[in-house]
Order: sequence, then structure tokens, then C-alpha cells
Amino acid sequence: MKLSGFLLLLAGGGIVLAAVALLTSSLSRTGFVLAGIAVEVLGLALVARSHLAEQGDRV
Amino acid sequence: MLSETSTALCFVFILLVPLAGAGLALINTGLGRSRSAAHSMMTSLIVIAIAAVVYFGCGFSWQGFVGRPAHFVAIGHAGWNWIAAEPFFMRGLALDGSPASLTVVLQLFSVGLAALIPVGAGADRWRLGAICASTALLAGLTYPLFAHWVWGGGWLAQLGTNYGLGRGFVDAGGSSTIQVVGGLTALSIAWILRPRRGKYSAQGMPAAIPAHNIVFVIFGCVLGLVGWLGLNSAGALLFAGVGVERVVLIAVNTILAAASGGLTAAMVTRLRFGKPDASLTANGWMGGLVASSAGCAFVKPAVAVIVGSVAGGLVIFAIEWLEFKLKVDDPAGAISVHSVGGIWGVLAVGIFAQIPGENAGQLLAQIVGVAALVGFVLPMTYGLNWLLNSFHQQRVAVDGERQGMDLHELGAEAYPEFVTHSEEFIPR
Repeated sequence: MKLSGFLLLLAGGGIVLAAVALLTSSLSRTGFVLAGIAVEVLGLALVARSHLAEQGDRV
Repeated sequence: MLSETSTALCFVFILLVPLAGAGLALINTGLGRSRSAAHSMMTSLIVIAIAAVVYFGCGFSWQGFVGRPAHFVAIGHAGWNWIAAEPFFMRGLALDGSPASLTVVLQLFSVGLAALIPVGAGADRWRLGAICASTALLAGLTYPLFAHWVWGGGWLAQLGTNYGLGRGFVDAGGSSTIQVVGGLTALSIAWILRPRRGKYSAQGMPAAIPAHNIVFVIFGCVLGLVGWLGLNSAGALLFAGVGVERVVLIAVNTILAAASGGLTAAMVTRLRFGKPDASLTANGWMGGLVASSAGCAFVKPAVAVIVGSVAGGLVIFAIEWLEFKLKVDDPAGAISVHSVGGIWGVLAVGIFAQIPGENAGQLLAQIVGVAALVGFVLPMTYGLNWLLNSFHQQRVAVDGERQGMDLHELGAEAYPEFVTHSEEFIPR
């Protein structure tokens, strides 16, 4: 779960970079940048949950 | 090129920056336990030393400066400047008062400041040897890479010229390059080290482990303000291209952001708990300072009050959220103050700043910068520290934590004549 979370973080960053580099329309660029951020938030949530679960196992 | 007056003023401002480091060291120590106080101060000194030496060795060669050698990747019609190509050990750089040489002096202090942030999150359980290795990774790789993107003419700084996004990513005083990079490293360290023994019950309820010396903490806030005045002013002169006439505005904005952050935190804690909480008020003050850095030269004083107030409020809610919901043990509140406060400061530039020239797309440029921090810097700093932990255990042994870091790692206590505190008997 932790690795998936970090891969999602990287993927989100990649979407943001691609949006900036490849799209020219302001609307679509903004939309894809926000989509990339959403993927990053998902990844962050997954990483946080994996650490919570690890901690629960240790208690 | 800076005028002679600007160069002299800039150098004086840079010499104030170590006071920000002294402030952070005092805050980290005061918010930790008494049995780790000497360890915390000693660690701070070592961290500043290692960060400066490693930055001298290889950090500057990755960070570079605008207009100096760098590696480019061509994507479409634009060249993406992603890392500097300077020789190691600052060879070829004349230390003659040029902007590049002043940048080096500022960075030797700033990289230490960034490296001090994780020390607060790892307090009472992070081994000195591991701190040294982790600091070397931060000063040698993570910090210079992101600082190049923002301050070294890298791809984030060029978002304006290459893609028409405002003036590109703007961060005059280091809300992102110093604070968020340090804060995300602090989050990685807190995750890797796990909470202190006795911090959470079997049911997951956090125990309050109070700050051992709140006088240190408050004095650290005052020292921090002086250091931040230097950091924001020098950063704005060197990286944001503003003239000396803006220095007064920067000072006013910095003071107002810190004051409003501290007051907001004091008011919120007074309303919620019946009495103002000193440590959270200090965190709110520092959150205001952190948020002030990015746009210090481009916002009006009334906006600085708003930026500081929002930072003060955000920081205390983030501290509670991390402690209660995510079970992240961060004794100094470093993650919330520096990551959350810094991200807010960066976004506030896009929302409020009036930067000379083209402003359309500025908010998007700032959002892209935040995405780069979360999407690239966090995995990088976590990965490096995770690897380090695989070879060299970062957390102190159980006995060391029970005994206290002072006795275990240094062989002497900070307060040998003190009686033992009740906090020493928290059930484990």
C-alpha cells in the first residue's frame, strides 16, 4: 500500500508536468493540473493510511 | 547586478539569518523533553555544520545560480532546466560580492535552517549518527535540486517565460525551498521513526508530553523573527529582483505576518481550551513567519496580516489533525508549521501578490510548484531516508529512549542538578 501511494504521488506529479508541457489551452491545462493534484492527494492518503496500519500492527 | 548599496545591505541581511537557526534550535529543544535537551542543542550545531560543509562540497554544484551552467531537457519548444552543472567544491566561483557569491553565503545558512526542521519532528528518539547522515542527504541532494528549480533558473522559475504562467514560480524568502522541503523531510522522518514510546495508548489515544521549557520556545520565536527579517530581505533582493526600496515593506510584512499568526493561534486556543496555549501560540507565530517568506516583497501589509492569520489558524488545526487522526508524533509541530504554513505562503502569492509584469497564470504556477513538492520532493526525501534506515537504524534503542538522549548519546545531562520530572514516569 505504501509503495502504491508513493507511485501515485509520482504519477500525480507527472500529470502536472505533462499538463504544463503539452497543453496550450488555459482551461484544459488548469483542469489537468488539478487532476494531477487530486492524484497526489490520493497517494498521500494511501501513504498515511499505510503508516497508520503499520503502527496499529506494532501496538 | 546589485548596486554597491544593495550588495552591502544584502550582506548585512544574510548575517542575520543564523539567528533564525538559533531560534529554531531553541524551539525544538524547548518543546522536547528535559532529558534530551543537551542532545537537541548539540544536534542543532552539528546539523548546521554538516549542512554547510556538504553544501560546499556538492550542494552548490546541483543548485547553481541563474545564468550559470545547467543541464537542459528539451520538451516541445521549451528547454527544461532541471539541474545545475557547476564544479564540485565551488571551484570556479569568485567570492567577490557578486549576486552568485552572495547567494552562496545565504545558502550556507539556509540549508542549515532547512536541515534543522526535521530535528524537531524526530526529537527524543533520533540518533545523532543518523541525523548527520540524513542531513548530508538533505544538504547534498534534496535541497539543492528543488532550490535550483526555484532559485537557480530551473524549470519552475521558467514557467513564466516558457509557458506564460505569470512570472513563473515565485518564492522570495524560501517558503517552499527552505520550509516545505524541510517540513516534508520532517514528515518522512516522523513516519520512519514512528512515535515515541508512551505517546499512544493501545487504543491509539495520544498522551500529552508537555514542552520542558516554554521560555526557550518563546525566546526562539523572537530570535526567529530577527532571522526571518534577514532571510526575507536578502532572498527578495537576490531571487525576486526587487530593489532596496522594498526592504521596509518586507520588514513590515514579516513582522505583521508573525504577529497575526501568533495572535490568531492564541485566540483560537483561548476560545477552544479556555486559556491561550503557549506552545501552540509559538507555532502560530512561526507559521506566520514561514508563510510570509514567499510573497514578502509583493503584498500589502493588510494582506500580510491575512496571510499570517490564516497560517496561524491552519497550523494549530494541522498539528491536532496529525497527532489525533494520522498518529504522527511531531514534538515540535515542525511538519505543520513548515509544510502547511509554507504551502499556504506559496499559494498566497498566487492569490494576493501584485508582481510587476504579467500576473495571469501566477496562481497556476504556484500550484505547479506545490505539486512538484508533494509529487517529487516527498517521495525523494522519504526514499532517501528509508534507504538510510535500511543500512543504518535511525531510531535509538529502547534503552536509550528510556534513559534519555542526553545520557545515552552524550553521556551527560543538560540539567544535572534537576530533580526527575513526573514525565519520566509515563507508562511504557
